[in-house]
Amino acid sequence: MKQTLRLFINSLLGSVRDLLPIVLVIAFFQIVVLQEAPDNLLQTFIGLFFVVLGLTFFIFGLEQGLFPIGESMAHAFANKGSIFWLLTFAFALGFGTTIAEPALIAVADEASKVVAEAGLIEVSEHAMERYADGLRITVALSVGFAITLGVLRILLNWSIQYIIMVGYMLVIVMTGFAPDEIIGIAYDSGGVTTSTITVPLVTALGIGLASAISGRNPMLDGFGLIAFASLFPIIFVLGYGMMF
Amino acid sequence: MQFIQELYELLIATFFDILPIAVIIFGFQFLIIRKRVKNLKAVLTGMVYVLIGITFFLLGLEQALFPIGRSMAQQLTDPEFLESVRLTVGELQWQDYYWVYIFAFAIGAGTTIAEPALIAVAMKANEVSGGAIGVWGLRVAVALGVAFGLALGSYRIVVGAPMHYFIIVGYVIVVIQTFFSPKIIVPLAYDSGGVTTSTVTVPLVAALGLGLAETVPGRSPLIDGFGLIAFASLCPIISVMAYAQLSEFKDARALKKTLKEEYYVKKSTTKPNERD
Repeated sequence: MKQTLRLFINSLLGSVRDLLPIVLVIAFFQIVVLQEAPDNLLQTFIGLFFVVLGLTFFIFGLEQGLFPIGESMAHAFANKGSIFWLLTFAFALGFGTTIAEPALIAVADEASKVVAEAGLIEVSEHAMERYADGLRITVALSVGFAITLGVLRILLNWSIQYIIMVGYMLVIVMTGFAPDEIIGIAYDSGGVTTSTITVPLVTALGIGLASAISGRNPMLDGFGLIAFASLFPIIFVLGYGMMF
Repeated sequence: MQFIQELYELLIATFFDILPIAVIIFGFQFLIIRKRVKNLKAVLTGMVYVLIGITFFLLGLEQALFPIGRSMAQQLTDPEFLESVRLTVGELQWQDYYWVYIFAFAIGAGTTIAEPALIAVAMKANEVSGGAIGVWGLRVAVALGVAFGLALGSYRIVVGAPMHYFIIVGYVIVVIQTFFSPKIIVPLAYDSGGVTTSTVTVPLVAALGLGLAETVPGRSPLIDGFGLIAFASLCPIISVMAYAQLSEFKDARALKKTLKEEYYVKKSTTKPNERD
Protein backbone atom coordinates (compact mmCIF):
# COMPACT_ATOMS: atom_id res chain seq x y z
CA MET A 1 0.00 0.00 0.00
CA LYS A 2 2.76 2.36 1.01
CA GLN A 3 4.64 1.53 -2.17
CA THR A 4 1.62 2.16 -4.37
CA LEU A 5 1.16 5.51 -2.68
CA ARG A 6 4.79 6.43 -3.27
CA LEU A 7 4.48 5.37 -6.92
CA PHE A 8 1.35 7.48 -7.26
CA ILE A 9 2.98 10.56 -5.72
CA ASN A 10 6.01 10.11 -7.95
CA SER A 11 3.97 10.02 -11.12
CA LEU A 12 1.89 12.94 -9.84
CA LEU A 13 5.13 14.92 -9.59
CA GLY A 14 6.05 13.73 -13.07
CA SER A 15 2.78 15.11 -14.39
CA VAL A 16 3.45 18.44 -12.67
CA ARG A 17 6.77 18.57 -14.50
CA ASP A 18 5.04 17.75 -17.82
CA LEU A 19 2.65 20.60 -17.32
CA LEU A 20 5.15 23.16 -16.09
CA PRO A 21 6.27 24.47 -19.52
CA ILE A 22 2.79 25.42 -20.64
CA VAL A 23 2.03 27.10 -17.31
CA LEU A 24 5.24 29.12 -17.61
CA VAL A 25 4.41 30.13 -21.18
CA ILE A 26 0.95 31.33 -20.23
CA ALA A 27 2.20 33.11 -17.11
CA PHE A 28 4.92 34.88 -19.11
CA PHE A 29 2.51 36.11 -21.76
CA GLN A 30 -0.10 37.19 -19.22
CA ILE A 31 2.33 39.08 -16.98
CA VAL A 32 4.98 40.42 -19.35
CA VAL A 33 3.25 40.87 -22.69
CA LEU A 34 -0.44 41.38 -22.01
CA GLN A 35 0.17 42.72 -18.49
CA GLU A 36 -2.97 41.48 -16.81
CA ALA A 37 -3.97 38.76 -14.40
CA PRO A 38 -6.33 36.05 -15.63
CA ASP A 39 -9.85 36.67 -14.29
CA ASN A 40 -10.32 33.54 -12.29
CA LEU A 41 -7.07 32.55 -10.68
CA LEU A 42 -8.59 30.05 -8.24
CA GLN A 43 -10.50 28.25 -10.98
CA THR A 44 -7.32 28.10 -13.03
CA PHE A 45 -5.40 26.42 -10.24
CA ILE A 46 -8.17 23.93 -9.58
CA GLY A 47 -8.25 23.20 -13.29
CA LEU A 48 -4.49 22.66 -13.41
CA PHE A 49 -4.76 20.25 -10.49
CA PHE A 50 -7.34 18.24 -12.47
CA VAL A 51 -5.07 18.16 -15.52
CA VAL A 52 -2.22 16.78 -13.40
CA LEU A 53 -4.51 14.21 -11.79
CA GLY A 54 -5.94 13.19 -15.17
CA LEU A 55 -2.52 12.79 -16.78
CA THR A 56 -1.37 10.61 -13.88
CA PHE A 57 -4.40 8.33 -14.11
CA PHE A 58 -4.05 8.15 -17.89
CA ILE A 59 -0.43 6.99 -17.70
CA PHE A 60 -1.31 4.43 -15.02
CA GLY A 61 -4.10 3.09 -17.22
CA LEU A 62 -1.84 3.12 -20.25
CA GLU A 63 0.64 0.75 -18.65
CA GLN A 64 -1.99 -1.43 -17.07
CA GLY A 65 -4.69 -1.52 -19.73
CA LEU A 66 -4.04 -0.14 -23.20
CA PHE A 67 -0.48 -1.33 -23.81
CA PRO A 68 -0.99 -4.90 -22.53
CA ILE A 69 -4.26 -5.48 -24.38
CA GLY A 70 -2.85 -4.11 -27.63
CA GLU A 71 0.22 -6.32 -27.41
CA SER A 72 -1.58 -9.43 -26.23
CA MET A 73 -4.00 -9.18 -29.15
CA ALA A 74 -1.14 -8.75 -31.59
CA HIS A 75 0.52 -11.88 -30.20
CA ALA A 76 -2.74 -13.82 -30.24
CA PHE A 77 -3.38 -12.92 -33.89
CA ALA A 78 0.20 -13.78 -34.84
CA ASN A 79 -0.07 -17.18 -33.13
CA LYS A 80 -3.47 -17.90 -34.62
CA GLY A 81 -2.05 -17.18 -38.04
CA SER A 82 -5.30 -15.88 -39.47
CA ILE A 83 -4.30 -12.98 -41.69
CA PHE A 84 -7.88 -12.34 -42.73
CA TRP A 85 -9.06 -11.69 -39.16
CA LEU A 86 -5.99 -9.66 -38.31
CA LEU A 87 -6.58 -7.36 -41.28
CA THR A 88 -10.29 -7.15 -40.46
CA PHE A 89 -9.38 -6.18 -36.91
CA ALA A 90 -6.94 -3.54 -38.17
CA PHE A 91 -9.59 -2.05 -40.44
CA ALA A 92 -12.27 -2.09 -37.74
CA LEU A 93 -9.93 -0.43 -35.28
CA GLY A 94 -9.03 2.36 -37.71
CA PHE A 95 -12.56 2.93 -38.95
CA GLY A 96 -14.27 2.54 -35.59
CA THR A 97 -12.03 4.90 -33.66
CA THR A 98 -12.18 7.60 -36.31
CA ILE A 99 -15.85 7.76 -37.25
CA ALA A 100 -16.86 8.95 -33.76
CA GLU A 101 -13.89 11.26 -33.21
CA PRO A 102 -15.22 14.63 -31.98
CA ALA A 103 -12.39 16.61 -33.59
CA LEU A 104 -13.26 15.08 -36.95
CA ILE A 105 -16.96 15.89 -36.61
CA ALA A 106 -16.07 19.52 -35.93
CA VAL A 107 -13.70 19.70 -38.91
CA ALA A 108 -16.23 18.06 -41.25
CA ASP A 109 -18.92 20.60 -40.32
CA GLU A 110 -16.46 23.43 -40.83
CA ALA A 111 -15.44 21.98 -44.20
CA SER A 112 -19.01 21.79 -45.46
CA LYS A 113 -19.40 25.50 -44.72
CA VAL A 114 -16.24 26.36 -46.66
CA VAL A 115 -17.28 24.29 -49.66
CA ALA A 116 -20.83 25.67 -49.68
CA GLU A 117 -19.50 29.24 -49.52
CA ALA A 118 -17.24 28.51 -52.48
CA GLY A 119 -20.28 27.37 -54.45
CA LEU A 120 -19.12 23.79 -54.95
CA ILE A 121 -22.23 22.41 -53.29
CA GLU A 122 -25.66 23.89 -52.68
CA VAL A 123 -26.00 26.22 -49.71
CA SER A 124 -28.69 24.20 -48.03
CA GLU A 125 -28.63 22.39 -44.72
CA HIS A 126 -29.34 19.11 -46.44
CA ALA A 127 -26.49 19.37 -48.95
CA MET A 128 -24.03 20.54 -46.30
CA GLU A 129 -24.96 17.76 -43.94
CA ARG A 130 -24.55 15.21 -46.71
CA TYR A 131 -21.15 16.64 -47.57
CA ALA A 132 -20.00 16.57 -43.95
CA ASP A 133 -21.19 12.99 -43.45
CA GLY A 134 -19.49 11.93 -46.67
CA LEU A 135 -16.28 13.54 -45.53
CA ARG A 136 -16.41 11.81 -42.14
CA ILE A 137 -16.94 8.42 -43.75
CA THR A 138 -14.12 9.14 -46.21
CA VAL A 139 -11.68 9.96 -43.42
CA ALA A 140 -12.76 6.94 -41.35
CA LEU A 141 -12.34 4.67 -44.41
CA SER A 142 -8.92 6.15 -45.05
CA VAL A 143 -7.77 5.47 -41.48
CA GLY A 144 -9.13 1.93 -41.67
CA PHE A 145 -7.29 1.46 -44.96
CA ALA A 146 -4.12 2.98 -43.48
CA ILE A 147 -3.99 0.69 -40.43
CA THR A 148 -4.74 -2.33 -42.64
CA LEU A 149 -1.97 -1.41 -45.06
CA GLY A 150 0.38 -0.75 -42.13
CA VAL A 151 -0.30 -4.19 -40.65
CA LEU A 152 0.17 -5.76 -44.09
CA ARG A 153 3.50 -3.93 -44.33
CA ILE A 154 4.65 -5.50 -41.06
CA LEU A 155 3.54 -8.96 -42.24
CA LEU A 156 5.15 -8.72 -45.68
CA ASN A 157 8.22 -6.75 -44.56
CA TRP A 158 7.76 -3.83 -46.97
CA SER A 159 9.98 -0.90 -46.21
CA ILE A 160 8.08 2.09 -44.95
CA GLN A 161 9.88 4.92 -46.69
CA TYR A 162 8.82 3.93 -50.21
CA ILE A 163 5.15 3.78 -49.23
CA ILE A 164 5.44 7.16 -47.53
CA MET A 165 7.18 8.66 -50.56
CA VAL A 166 4.55 7.34 -52.96
CA GLY A 167 1.96 8.82 -50.61
CA TYR A 168 3.71 12.21 -50.68
CA MET A 169 3.82 12.12 -54.47
CA LEU A 170 0.10 11.40 -54.59
CA VAL A 171 -0.58 14.31 -52.22
CA ILE A 172 1.48 16.68 -54.34
CA VAL A 173 -0.08 15.60 -57.65
CA MET A 174 -3.61 15.64 -56.26
CA THR A 175 -3.07 19.09 -54.74
CA GLY A 176 -2.73 20.37 -58.29
CA PHE A 177 -6.16 19.07 -59.25
CA ALA A 178 -8.20 19.49 -56.07
CA PRO A 179 -10.29 22.64 -55.51
CA ASP A 180 -8.37 25.24 -53.45
CA GLU A 181 -10.98 25.29 -50.71
CA ILE A 182 -10.43 21.68 -49.76
CA ILE A 183 -6.61 21.70 -49.63
CA GLY A 184 -6.20 23.20 -46.14
CA ILE A 185 -8.89 20.93 -44.75
CA ALA A 186 -7.34 17.86 -46.38
CA TYR A 187 -3.87 18.63 -45.00
CA ASP A 188 -5.32 19.21 -41.53
CA SER A 189 -7.40 16.04 -41.58
CA GLY A 190 -4.21 14.01 -41.30
CA GLY A 191 -3.58 15.49 -37.88
CA VAL A 192 -7.02 15.28 -36.33
CA THR A 193 -7.59 11.57 -36.81
CA THR A 194 -5.16 10.22 -34.25
CA SER A 195 -6.65 10.52 -30.79
CA THR A 196 -5.20 9.98 -27.34
CA ILE A 197 -6.67 6.49 -27.05
CA THR A 198 -5.97 5.35 -30.61
CA VAL A 199 -2.28 6.23 -30.58
CA PRO A 200 -1.15 4.01 -27.67
CA LEU A 201 -3.36 1.15 -28.80
CA VAL A 202 -2.19 1.20 -32.42
CA THR A 203 1.44 1.62 -31.36
CA ALA A 204 1.16 -1.39 -29.04
CA LEU A 205 -0.45 -3.40 -31.85
CA GLY A 206 2.37 -2.61 -34.28
CA ILE A 207 5.14 -3.31 -31.81
CA GLY A 208 3.40 -6.47 -30.59
CA LEU A 209 3.14 -7.78 -34.16
CA ALA A 210 6.72 -6.90 -35.01
CA SER A 211 8.02 -8.68 -31.93
CA ALA A 212 5.77 -11.74 -32.40
CA ILE A 213 6.81 -12.38 -36.02
CA SER A 214 10.35 -13.67 -36.30
CA GLY A 215 12.71 -11.67 -38.45
CA ARG A 216 11.03 -8.34 -37.68
CA ASN A 217 12.66 -5.59 -35.70
CA PRO A 218 10.20 -3.76 -33.40
CA MET A 219 12.00 -0.43 -33.93
CA LEU A 220 12.07 -0.72 -37.74
CA ASP A 221 8.78 -2.53 -38.30
CA GLY A 222 6.71 -1.83 -35.21
CA PHE A 223 6.37 1.91 -35.71
CA GLY A 224 4.75 3.47 -38.75
CA LEU A 225 1.05 2.71 -38.29
CA ILE A 226 0.35 6.22 -36.99
CA ALA A 227 2.29 7.67 -39.90
CA PHE A 228 -0.01 5.90 -42.36
CA ALA A 229 -3.05 6.97 -40.35
CA SER A 230 -2.01 10.60 -40.74
CA LEU A 231 -0.98 10.42 -44.40
CA PHE A 232 -3.83 8.53 -46.06
CA PRO A 233 -6.63 10.83 -44.85
CA ILE A 234 -4.94 13.64 -46.79
CA ILE A 235 -5.05 11.61 -50.01
CA PHE A 236 -8.62 10.39 -49.48
CA VAL A 237 -9.94 13.85 -48.59
CA LEU A 238 -8.25 15.42 -51.63
CA GLY A 239 -9.92 12.71 -53.72
CA TYR A 240 -13.26 13.41 -52.04
CA GLY A 241 -12.86 17.12 -52.79
CA MET A 242 -12.18 16.42 -56.44
CA MET A 243 -15.54 14.67 -56.82
CA PHE A 244 -17.45 17.94 -56.35
CA MET B 1 -23.06 21.98 -8.62
CA GLN B 2 -22.31 23.19 -12.11
CA PHE B 3 -18.92 21.57 -11.72
CA ILE B 4 -20.39 18.16 -10.95
CA GLN B 5 -22.69 18.55 -13.93
CA GLU B 6 -19.69 19.28 -16.15
CA LEU B 7 -17.72 16.35 -14.74
CA TYR B 8 -20.66 14.05 -15.36
CA GLU B 9 -21.13 15.22 -18.94
CA LEU B 10 -17.44 14.81 -19.72
CA LEU B 11 -17.37 11.36 -18.19
CA ILE B 12 -20.27 10.30 -20.39
CA ALA B 13 -18.70 11.87 -23.50
CA THR B 14 -15.35 10.16 -22.87
CA PHE B 15 -17.14 6.90 -22.18
CA PHE B 16 -18.80 7.07 -25.58
CA ASP B 17 -15.43 7.90 -27.17
CA ILE B 18 -13.89 4.79 -25.67
CA LEU B 19 -16.93 2.59 -26.24
CA PRO B 20 -16.43 1.78 -29.97
CA ILE B 21 -12.78 0.92 -29.27
CA ALA B 22 -13.74 -1.31 -26.34
CA VAL B 23 -16.46 -3.02 -28.40
CA ILE B 24 -14.00 -3.76 -31.23
CA ILE B 25 -11.27 -4.99 -28.89
CA PHE B 26 -13.44 -7.22 -26.73
CA GLY B 27 -15.59 -8.30 -29.68
CA PHE B 28 -12.53 -9.65 -31.48
CA GLN B 29 -11.10 -10.96 -28.23
CA PHE B 30 -14.15 -13.06 -27.38
CA LEU B 31 -15.45 -13.98 -30.86
CA ILE B 32 -12.31 -14.48 -32.93
CA ILE B 33 -9.36 -15.02 -30.62
CA ARG B 34 -11.43 -16.87 -28.02
CA LYS B 35 -8.62 -16.99 -25.53
CA ARG B 36 -8.76 -15.69 -22.01
CA VAL B 37 -7.04 -12.37 -21.56
CA LYS B 38 -4.14 -12.52 -19.17
CA ASN B 39 -4.89 -10.40 -16.09
CA LEU B 40 -8.29 -9.42 -17.41
CA LYS B 41 -9.05 -7.67 -14.15
CA ALA B 42 -5.93 -5.53 -14.33
CA VAL B 43 -6.61 -4.67 -17.97
CA LEU B 44 -10.17 -3.62 -17.19
CA THR B 45 -9.01 -1.52 -14.23
CA GLY B 46 -6.46 0.02 -16.55
CA MET B 47 -9.19 0.95 -19.02
CA VAL B 48 -11.17 2.55 -16.21
CA TYR B 49 -8.05 4.52 -15.21
CA VAL B 50 -7.75 5.72 -18.80
CA LEU B 51 -11.38 6.78 -18.75
CA ILE B 52 -10.97 8.65 -15.44
CA GLY B 53 -7.66 10.10 -16.58
CA ILE B 54 -8.95 11.53 -19.84
CA THR B 55 -12.08 12.87 -18.14
CA PHE B 56 -10.14 14.79 -15.48
CA PHE B 57 -7.57 15.89 -18.02
CA LEU B 58 -10.25 17.38 -20.28
CA LEU B 59 -12.13 18.88 -17.35
CA GLY B 60 -8.97 20.61 -16.16
CA LEU B 61 -8.13 21.83 -19.65
CA GLU B 62 -11.64 23.26 -20.08
CA GLN B 63 -11.37 25.03 -16.74
CA ALA B 64 -7.82 26.26 -16.78
CA LEU B 65 -5.98 26.23 -20.07
CA PHE B 66 -8.46 26.58 -22.91
CA PRO B 67 -10.22 29.78 -21.76
CA ILE B 68 -6.90 31.52 -21.08
CA GLY B 69 -5.31 30.18 -24.25
CA ARG B 70 -8.23 31.25 -26.39
CA SER B 71 -8.45 34.71 -24.88
CA MET B 72 -4.69 35.15 -25.26
CA ALA B 73 -4.82 34.14 -28.92
CA GLN B 74 -7.56 36.70 -29.39
CA GLN B 75 -5.74 39.44 -27.52
CA LEU B 76 -2.44 38.89 -29.30
CA THR B 77 -4.09 39.12 -32.73
CA ASP B 78 -6.20 42.13 -31.74
CA PRO B 79 -5.34 45.11 -33.99
CA GLU B 80 -5.26 47.40 -30.96
CA PHE B 81 -2.60 45.31 -29.27
CA LEU B 82 -0.63 44.97 -32.51
CA GLU B 83 -0.76 48.74 -32.94
CA SER B 84 0.80 49.20 -29.48
CA VAL B 85 3.78 46.90 -30.06
CA ARG B 86 4.44 47.47 -33.76
CA LEU B 87 7.89 47.86 -35.27
CA THR B 88 7.06 49.55 -38.57
CA VAL B 89 5.05 52.61 -39.58
CA GLY B 90 2.17 52.79 -42.03
CA GLU B 91 0.24 49.64 -42.70
CA LEU B 92 0.81 46.63 -40.50
CA GLN B 93 3.65 44.49 -41.87
CA TRP B 94 4.27 40.82 -41.17
CA GLN B 95 7.06 41.72 -38.71
CA ASP B 96 4.54 43.48 -36.48
CA TYR B 97 3.02 40.16 -35.57
CA TYR B 98 6.21 39.04 -33.80
CA TRP B 99 4.46 38.34 -30.51
CA VAL B 100 2.09 36.02 -32.36
CA TYR B 101 5.02 33.99 -33.74
CA ILE B 102 6.69 33.83 -30.33
CA PHE B 103 3.39 32.80 -28.73
CA ALA B 104 2.79 30.14 -31.40
CA PHE B 105 6.28 28.77 -30.86
CA ALA B 106 6.05 28.75 -27.05
CA ILE B 107 2.52 27.35 -26.85
CA GLY B 108 3.39 24.68 -29.42
CA ALA B 109 6.37 23.51 -27.38
CA GLY B 110 4.46 23.69 -24.08
CA THR B 111 1.36 21.80 -25.20
CA THR B 112 3.41 19.11 -26.93
CA ILE B 113 5.36 18.33 -23.76
CA ALA B 114 2.01 17.79 -21.99
CA GLU B 115 0.48 15.73 -24.83
CA PRO B 116 -0.49 12.29 -23.42
CA ALA B 117 -0.29 10.46 -26.77
CA LEU B 118 3.31 11.59 -27.23
CA ILE B 119 4.21 10.47 -23.70
CA ALA B 120 2.80 7.04 -24.61
CA VAL B 121 4.82 6.73 -27.82
CA ALA B 122 8.00 8.03 -26.15
CA MET B 123 7.63 5.44 -23.37
CA LYS B 124 7.25 2.65 -25.93
CA ALA B 125 10.13 3.87 -28.08
CA ASN B 126 12.37 4.02 -25.05
CA GLU B 127 11.43 0.50 -24.05
CA VAL B 128 11.75 -1.00 -27.54
CA SER B 129 15.06 0.70 -28.32
CA GLY B 130 16.52 -0.55 -25.04
CA GLY B 131 17.01 2.98 -23.78
CA ALA B 132 18.85 4.24 -26.89
CA ILE B 133 16.03 6.72 -27.54
CA GLY B 134 15.50 8.85 -24.48
CA VAL B 135 11.93 9.68 -23.46
CA TRP B 136 12.83 13.32 -22.95
CA GLY B 137 15.07 13.55 -26.00
CA LEU B 138 12.23 12.44 -28.25
CA ARG B 139 9.66 14.63 -26.52
CA VAL B 140 11.83 17.73 -26.73
CA ALA B 141 12.65 17.04 -30.39
CA VAL B 142 8.96 16.69 -31.24
CA ALA B 143 8.08 19.77 -29.15
CA LEU B 144 10.62 21.89 -31.02
CA GLY B 145 9.21 20.62 -34.32
CA VAL B 146 5.66 21.53 -33.38
CA ALA B 147 6.84 24.91 -32.05
CA PHE B 148 8.62 25.74 -35.28
CA GLY B 149 5.71 24.42 -37.36
CA LEU B 150 3.18 26.62 -35.58
CA ALA B 151 5.35 29.71 -35.83
CA LEU B 152 5.82 29.08 -39.56
CA GLY B 153 2.12 28.34 -40.01
CA SER B 154 1.19 31.62 -38.29
CA TYR B 155 3.59 33.49 -40.54
CA ARG B 156 1.91 31.85 -43.55
CA ILE B 157 -1.53 33.02 -42.43
CA VAL B 158 -0.23 36.56 -41.90
CA VAL B 159 1.41 36.85 -45.33
CA GLY B 160 -1.29 34.76 -47.02
CA ALA B 161 1.07 32.50 -49.00
CA PRO B 162 -0.45 29.33 -50.47
CA MET B 163 -0.02 26.53 -48.04
CA HIS B 164 0.87 23.72 -50.43
CA TYR B 165 4.24 25.31 -51.31
CA PHE B 166 5.30 25.03 -47.69
CA ILE B 167 4.03 21.48 -47.40
CA ILE B 168 5.75 20.37 -50.62
CA VAL B 169 9.07 21.85 -49.48
CA GLY B 170 8.57 20.06 -46.16
CA TYR B 171 7.97 16.75 -47.97
CA VAL B 172 11.14 17.22 -50.02
CA ILE B 173 13.15 17.83 -46.83
CA VAL B 174 11.64 14.71 -45.23
CA VAL B 175 12.53 12.57 -48.27
CA ILE B 176 16.12 13.85 -48.35
CA GLN B 177 16.52 13.34 -44.60
CA THR B 178 15.14 9.81 -44.87
CA PHE B 179 18.17 8.82 -46.96
CA PHE B 180 20.69 10.28 -44.54
CA SER B 181 19.13 9.46 -41.16
CA PRO B 182 19.93 6.39 -39.07
CA LYS B 183 17.53 3.71 -40.35
CA ILE B 184 16.26 2.94 -36.89
CA ILE B 185 14.69 6.36 -36.37
CA VAL B 186 12.79 6.68 -39.67
CA PRO B 187 9.50 4.90 -38.80
CA LEU B 188 9.38 6.54 -35.37
CA ALA B 189 9.99 9.95 -36.93
CA TYR B 190 7.14 9.44 -39.40
CA ASP B 191 4.90 8.44 -36.49
CA SER B 192 5.78 11.45 -34.41
CA GLY B 193 4.03 13.65 -36.96
CA GLY B 194 0.70 12.08 -36.09
CA VAL B 195 0.95 11.89 -32.33
CA THR B 196 1.57 15.55 -31.70
CA THR B 197 -1.82 16.85 -32.53
CA SER B 198 -4.45 15.58 -30.19
CA THR B 199 -6.10 16.56 -26.95
CA VAL B 200 -4.12 19.59 -25.85
CA THR B 201 -2.71 21.08 -29.00
CA VAL B 202 -5.62 21.05 -31.46
CA PRO B 203 -8.11 23.25 -29.54
CA LEU B 204 -5.49 25.88 -28.69
CA VAL B 205 -4.09 25.87 -32.20
CA ALA B 206 -7.53 26.18 -33.74
CA ALA B 207 -8.15 29.28 -31.62
CA LEU B 208 -4.89 30.81 -32.77
CA GLY B 209 -5.51 30.10 -36.45
CA LEU B 210 -9.04 31.43 -36.28
CA GLY B 211 -7.96 34.55 -34.37
CA LEU B 212 -5.31 35.33 -36.98
CA ALA B 213 -7.51 34.63 -39.98
CA GLU B 214 -10.26 36.85 -38.55
CA THR B 215 -8.09 39.88 -37.82
CA VAL B 216 -5.45 39.94 -40.55
CA PRO B 217 -6.87 42.03 -43.39
CA GLY B 218 -7.70 40.02 -46.50
CA ARG B 219 -7.83 36.59 -44.81
CA SER B 220 -10.95 34.48 -44.58
CA PRO B 221 -11.36 32.50 -41.36
CA LEU B 222 -13.02 29.71 -43.31
CA ILE B 223 -10.15 29.15 -45.70
CA ASP B 224 -7.05 30.51 -43.97
CA GLY B 225 -7.96 29.30 -40.49
CA PHE B 226 -7.03 25.78 -41.56
CA GLY B 227 -3.51 24.57 -42.06
CA LEU B 228 -1.81 25.06 -38.71
CA ILE B 229 -2.35 21.44 -37.73
CA ALA B 230 -0.72 20.30 -40.97
CA PHE B 231 2.39 22.32 -40.11
CA ALA B 232 2.37 20.93 -36.58
CA SER B 233 2.31 17.39 -37.93
CA LEU B 234 4.91 17.82 -40.67
CA CYS B 235 7.68 19.67 -38.83
CA PRO B 236 8.17 17.09 -36.02
CA ILE B 237 9.09 14.48 -38.65
CA ILE B 238 11.92 16.76 -39.72
CA SER B 239 13.00 17.64 -36.18
CA VAL B 240 13.03 14.04 -34.95
CA MET B 241 15.19 12.92 -37.86
CA ALA B 242 17.44 15.93 -37.27
CA TYR B 243 17.72 14.94 -33.61
CA ALA B 244 18.82 11.43 -34.61
CA GLN B 245 21.25 12.77 -37.18
CA LEU B 246 22.75 15.15 -34.64
CA SER B 247 23.23 12.47 -32.01
CA GLU B 248 24.73 10.14 -34.58
CA PHE B 249 27.08 12.89 -35.71
CA LYS B 250 28.09 13.59 -32.11
CA ASP B 251 28.66 9.90 -31.42
CA ALA B 252 30.73 9.52 -34.57
CA ARG B 253 32.87 12.51 -33.62
CA ALA B 254 33.35 11.23 -30.10
CA LEU B 255 34.39 7.85 -31.51
CA LYS B 256 36.80 9.49 -33.93
CA LYS B 257 38.30 11.46 -31.09
CA THR B 258 38.86 8.40 -28.93
CA LEU B 259 40.35 6.51 -31.86
CA LYS B 260 42.70 9.41 -32.54
CA GLU B 261 43.75 9.61 -28.91
CA GLU B 262 44.37 5.89 -28.82
CA TYR B 263 46.46 6.23 -31.95
CA TYR B 264 48.61 8.95 -30.40
CA VAL B 265 48.95 7.02 -27.18
CA LYS B 266 50.11 4.01 -29.18
CA LYS B 267 52.49 6.13 -31.19
CA SER B 268 54.09 7.71 -28.14
CA THR B 269 54.45 4.41 -26.38
CA THR B 270 55.87 2.61 -29.40
CA LYS B 271 58.47 5.25 -30.17
CA PRO B 272 61.03 4.25 -27.52
CA ASN B 273 60.82 0.69 -28.72
CA GLU B 274 61.63 1.72 -32.24
CA ARG B 275 64.82 3.37 -31.06
CA ASP B 276 65.93 0.15 -29.48
